[in-house]
Amino acid sequence: MSRRIGIDVGGTNTDAVLVDINGVVGAMKSPTTADVTGGVRQALSGLIETIGPCAKNIDSAMIGTTHFVNAVVQRKGLNKIAALRITLPGSASLRPLVDWPKDLAKVVDGGSYFISGGNEYDGREVVPLDEEAVVSAARSIQNNGITSIGITASFSPLNSSCEDRVAEIILRECPEMRITCSHSLGRIGLLERENATLLNAALLDLAASTTDAFRTALDEVGIKAPLYITLNDGTVTSAKLARKFPVYCFASGPTNSMRGAAFLSGIDNAIVCDVGGTTADIGCLINGFPREANNVVEIGGVRTLFRMPDLISIGIGGGTIVRENPLSVGPDSVGFRLLEEARVFGGSQLTLTDIAVASGLMDAGDKAQTSEIPETLIEAALNSAHQKIAVTVDQIKTDSQDVPMIAVGGGAPLIPETIPGISVVHRVPYHGVANAVGAAIAQISGEADQVFQDLTRDAALAAALETAVQNAVKSGADRSTVKTIEMEDLPIAYLPGHAIRARVRVVGDIARRSKDR
Amino acid sequence: MGNAQNRLLKIDDIEAMAVGTWILGTGGGGSPYLNLLNLRELYAAGRAVTLKDPMTLPDDALVAVLSSQGAPLVGQERLADPAMALKPLRIMEEYLGRKFDALMPVEIGGGNGLHAIMVAAATGLPAIDADAMGRAYPEAQMTSFAVAKLQCYPLAISDIRENDVVIPKAHSWKWMERTSRKICTEFGSQASTCKAPRSGKEVREHGILYTCNKAISLGEAVLKAREKHLSPVDAILDECDGSRIFSGKVTDVERRTTGGFLRGRTTLDGLGDYVNRKFDLDFQNEFSVGSENDEAIVMTPDLICVVDSISGEGIGTESIRYGQRVDVLVLPAPEIFLSPRGLELVGPRAFGFDFDYRSYFKDQR
Repeated sequence: MSRRIGIDVGGTNTDAVLVDINGVVGAMKSPTTADVTGGVRQALSGLIETIGPCAKNIDSAMIGTTHFVNAVVQRKGLNKIAALRITLPGSASLRPLVDWPKDLAKVVDGGSYFISGGNEYDGREVVPLDEEAVVSAARSIQNNGITSIGITASFSPLNSSCEDRVAEIILRECPEMRITCSHSLGRIGLLERENATLLNAALLDLAASTTDAFRTALDEVGIKAPLYITLNDGTVTSAKLARKFPVYCFASGPTNSMRGAAFLSGIDNAIVCDVGGTTADIGCLINGFPREANNVVEIGGVRTLFRMPDLISIGIGGGTIVRENPLSVGPDSVGFRLLEEARVFGGSQLTLTDIAVASGLMDAGDKAQTSEIPETLIEAALNSAHQKIAVTVDQIKTDSQDVPMIAVGGGAPLIPETIPGISVVHRVPYHGVANAVGAAIAQISGEADQVFQDLTRDAALAAALETAVQNAVKSGADRSTVKTIEMEDLPIAYLPGHAIRARVRVVGDIARRSKDR
Repeated sequence: MGNAQNRLLKIDDIEAMAVGTWILGTGGGGSPYLNLLNLRELYAAGRAVTLKDPMTLPDDALVAVLSSQGAPLVGQERLADPAMALKPLRIMEEYLGRKFDALMPVEIGGGNGLHAIMVAAATGLPAIDADAMGRAYPEAQMTSFAVAKLQCYPLAISDIRENDVVIPKAHSWKWMERTSRKICTEFGSQASTCKAPRSGKEVREHGILYTCNKAISLGEAVLKAREKHLSPVDAILDECDGSRIFSGKVTDVERRTTGGFLRGRTTLDGLGDYVNRKFDLDFQNEFSVGSENDEAIVMTPDLICVVDSISGEGIGTESIRYGQRVDVLVLPAPEIFLSPRGLELVGPRAFGFDFDYRSYFKDQR
């Protein structure tokens, strides 16, 4: 394995680790800052201080962040969007955002526009595109001060010309408008594809500021290595692409923490419970990889067709706010302000960290600040947190036998020793930085998405597979470790010569560095 | 099956029905999710559906038989819409010069089970607790009404544009299928239809009765199992007297939309008790034959249901994909399809296979 720095930017902490062929070389934990840059810079400076300047000599820096998913879960930092749906006269009764949680829809909804057009499965137009309606929608959207649009036309994954034309008209009218076209994100399934498109469109402000902050931080500490952002499936992409498609980085946090947990514990099959500052994510590790959700997956309550780890997030973390009379534990959190607002750090907000310190489970800040918390409250708050974790473990488990659990994340001490259905709770070194470890060991992917004519289906798929493998190897994957994670073909009825569109995605471990470095 | 009374369906009944119809769809009929979303909207707007016991139907009641016809893949890009679904019903009323008293789905399986319920909510017409397939099938002549040789015409068919067609007459059920399928394909492989109207007497005598309640009970059993962390797949087998025939991971899916259908084949690699074995499933909208080592071991009209191994959720031929972990279940076919005339219409030969029907359940005894 090459020398890599893995960074995890969570809602509360920013962690950095250096990993090489021998495992974890060093780790540093630092609070996340509102500007993101500060936290990453601090974590990296700390790492360089601990390990020495050789820490700057790395092959790549991989950053994973829960920023995007937290934004959706907390309904914060999202920009307003306009939805253009090009399907009329069809698909008119179910409006865009119809199956989103109401409060989330309200935060992002900057208007929906139904327009006549789109394609049939065989490439024909449904009806001619109503270009005038596109122009008037573009003007109305701009007048409303909306800067991000999601465009969804029927059958765009098979024929993107309608969405491309709509984007062209909008950019002519409003050159500054940011556009997400559904064909670049999703598969057949209009509503789910539209959901992914609109989520992406709502994250563009945050994606731009976040990726800029990452690069600035690396530059400031003198790291010149290329910057990668980790994706939902445990692989990485360039920062440039992540900026355009933040929705692909959505679930990278849980994937990283689960792969990190497997790497740190050497256990490949277990329940993983990752308690961070804001949430606890509980999932199932099978053969070293997260169990994937089989069908549609909900992100922040929004239904999509992404491949995601099958896990449940609950509002239990170090920064979770504890209130009494009546007792409530979360789901809200002080987030990255933990080090200012928690009582042990001199603040006035009672958090689960204060409870854990008071009970002796955790050592942080000034324990004396917790002396006024009544015993009964400590016990009741811990009970409530334990109970919520136990209920969720029960939901995620599919095996009636007891299974082991790997406890990771900065808030791992909040996980009880005994949980119904769990045989043993494993606690591992570097448990607090499992996400960053997972980011550092992220894999390289290769994709092929091509239209083949006059080939048999088997020959077309084989050709696409070879291209995908070559692309992965070119990006630095070790050929012997490459495996296929997605393979599909769609017949294209409107082209002659038995045309099919084949899409293959493969992943592999990063190849070891050659000896000359 | 118990004798259900007329009752007002609650939205919870419809949520459960969506789970049940998707399993009974045997891969076809399209996902009920979009119909369910429409029904949630209709219920939120104060609409509700009366489910009517077929035994309470007067002999001369006029019953509309509704469906959304076409390739399920297209239904994922053209979202269900009550205004489009009820159009052919109104055209048929105009053609007949008579109003309908009630409506029913042609097939309970998949989105079509809820399609009729959605039209019931939008129009206020009662829905009859019956269908004509007890599952889902791709073609118009594959119904209990066709087995009984009832009249196959007239038929009204509409698309999302202003294209409406009435077929006043057809030589046979097969001809009605051929003609309407051509129209459907031109319409973009999806159309709303109002099939040959039925009298109350015909529905009682030749319909497959109480299948709406069957879908609701099946859905409730699955939801209850999930809640209690019991196996939803076992709950399906218990509820429907079925058997598990394979469990594995999808390793290949070949699909093509031709002639207004979604056809293809999928291959599974065994997991758990089925490790080192492979299983192939052929489909034409619905799963029609399941085979191991090129030997067909399960076939239509037995219901071949592919479900998520963990959640028990139905998986459609348009949405099954590489890497999914699924169980293949077989449920007994409705009796009427086991007659010689039934097998002629829906046995393996009707789907182009060169062998006769062998019951999975008889083989096991």
